[in-house]
Amino acid sequence: MHHLNRLDTKMALLEVKDLKVRVEEREILHGLTLTVNEGEVHAIMGPNGSGKSTLSHVIAGKPGYEVTDGQILFKGEDLLEMSPDERAAKGVFLAFQYPVEIPGVATMNFLRTALNAQRKARGEDEYSTPDFLKKVREVSKSLNIPQDMLKRGVNVGFSGGEKKRNEVLQMALFEPSLCILDEMDSGLDIDALRIAADGVNALRSPGRAMVVITHYQRLLNYIVPDVVHVMSKGRVVKSGGKELALELEASGYAQFEDAA
Amino acid sequence: MNVAVAKTGKGRAVSDLFTSAEGRLPGSSAVTAVRREAFETYERLALPHRRIEEWKYTDLRALVGEVLPLAAAPDAAALKLAADTVKTHAIAGARKLVLVDGVFAADLSDVKAFVAEVGFKTLRETLEKDAGLLKTASTDAVISLNAAMATDGVVLDIADGAQLSAPIQIIHIATATSASAFTRSQVTIGKGARATIVESFVAAGAAAYQVNDAVIVSVGDDADVAHIRLMDDAPDALNVSSHFVTVGANVKFNFFNMTTGAAVSRLQGFITLAGEGSELSANGVNLLQKTEHGDTTLVVDHAVPNCVSREVFRAVIDDRAHSVFQGRIIVRPDAQKTDGKMMTRALLLSDEAEADNKPELEIFADDVSCGHGATAGALDDSLLFYLKARGLPEKQAQALLIQAFVGEAIEQIADDGLREHVIGIAERWLERRS
Repeated sequence: MHHLNRLDTKMALLEVKDLKVRVEEREILHGLTLTVNEGEVHAIMGPNGSGKSTLSHVIAGKPGYEVTDGQILFKGEDLLEMSPDERAAKGVFLAFQYPVEIPGVATMNFLRTALNAQRKARGEDEYSTPDFLKKVREVSKSLNIPQDMLKRGVNVGFSGGEKKRNEVLQMALFEPSLCILDEMDSGLDIDALRIAADGVNALRSPGRAMVVITHYQRLLNYIVPDVVHVMSKGRVVKSGGKELALELEASGYAQFEDAA
Repeated sequence: MNVAVAKTGKGRAVSDLFTSAEGRLPGSSAVTAVRREAFETYERLALPHRRIEEWKYTDLRALVGEVLPLAAAPDAAALKLAADTVKTHAIAGARKLVLVDGVFAADLSDVKAFVAEVGFKTLRETLEKDAGLLKTASTDAVISLNAAMATDGVVLDIADGAQLSAPIQIIHIATATSASAFTRSQVTIGKGARATIVESFVAAGAAAYQVNDAVIVSVGDDADVAHIRLMDDAPDALNVSSHFVTVGANVKFNFFNMTTGAAVSRLQGFITLAGEGSELSANGVNLLQKTEHGDTTLVVDHAVPNCVSREVFRAVIDDRAHSVFQGRIIVRPDAQKTDGKMMTRALLLSDEAEADNKPELEIFADDVSCGHGATAGALDDSLLFYLKARGLPEKQAQALLIQAFVGEAIEQIADDGLREHVIGIAERWLERRS
């Protein structure tokens, strides 16, 4: 089936099918369907409470969500059967809306441990120290991340912009095939946003898909999507090209509240 | 009636313990008299239990029950076994002093390497002349028992101004199963001297043994001292150790205790800041699993003005283990401008793990800055998820967070090499766990 897909269009990387998700007895996603092909950048827009972040958390495997129906396939495999670390090793990356601070775990040590854990899970050799350092230096330089930041605890004392750049740094290092950016613009000024977005754009490639979750159209000026989805009340209620984002900016989400 | 019988029973067992060992206990007749007196004190008090306030959380009567007979002096086979264990536990570059089943083992030790500025004797030699070493300022049942039964130990006298680059490592090795070792050592550090003392407690094939150790430390003015204790006794052993430390003026004293072994353990440290302008850093980590019980009790006595004390303690408790931290800071009426702080945190890795934190401030001066804090909790789920979402399997994610947690105490060790050594011990404990 995937071979056929590859012949006529692109291969489906992520397939969310009729997904229903509960949090503490309350249903948040009411049958969400979404397909993201490799090489594509999808934006998911929607008002607060529409279920955008729930979707990103369920894809990454965050505990506390109960999937009651539907499925998520990643490269044709059942993602919901995998632990979060298995998903990461398979190539799923969630850039957190609020990256946590981990005092006492040096960023460099964390990056190396995570990268080697993923490689080990895939049966690949661990990175040699010089190769790893070279790669980190290259990427951090392009993202304007000073070396002394990498010696500090993960995200400890980082500004909002630095935290998001650290997420992009990890994306660049781990080379995932699916990147989910959860409200990457929250808490960023325009300069910080531009640096982070440039970092993301540099990672666009034919083999990699991105799902950009955002409340505001602003981010999509910097990361221009191929497809825009509007979410409301736990479903995708409209999909279209990048112009849909501009439409939303002009008319707001109210028109979709009833459609859902 | 039943209680009385039980008490008599216990008393008699101890009497047998003492009388059967008496022939092997070194010392002049004056020493023997001191031992008998100490033994009578112990017999009167018997093993500490929960109704003794200082031992409330470590009820030795319930946890241990009885004191095992004195271990036989090590034979050639025991010394051979100990020699292999010394190799694996020696700190690189350290001058080793080895005690096997409570007896100093000269052939395994580096006594000849000591330069003129380190005086060395065994406890056995010292007791031929003087019983002073068997007396301590504070005492309780286990300290009295130690005074009565101590078979050997090391007596170090570091000269004024000595600058020792290599650590001195006292290694206690147990080879005798179901037996007790009683040791007592003294370390005297001269004025302006710089020294690092490491104590290690390990097993060489022994199981279900008991260790009762005492260390008397006296630090001269202007000295700079690191004292690291690493207790990794067998999983079914008992280790009760008592430290008596007196610190002079303008001293830097850096103490660290690591508990990774023994079924039941207690380190009780009594540290007196007796000279002005000194800085004490007293820290520790308990890493406990299964049904282990680990107790770290520190009493810091600010007897004079203008001293600083800092205590950072971390406990990681898995399975049904039980960690105890008791920290008391005493500020005497004259000890104005005392700056004393203590922070203890416990990380509970299972629902059945238990932590008791008992910080106490006894302040009798009015111009001081003292404080303490205590927390207990589980690993943060949001941090765990972040690490897992980056590809770390559950146990590895936990290990990284646990390392960071204990790192706050371990990083207080000033010496780079020893700090790395202790980090290595924590890493191996975490690997054992997963």
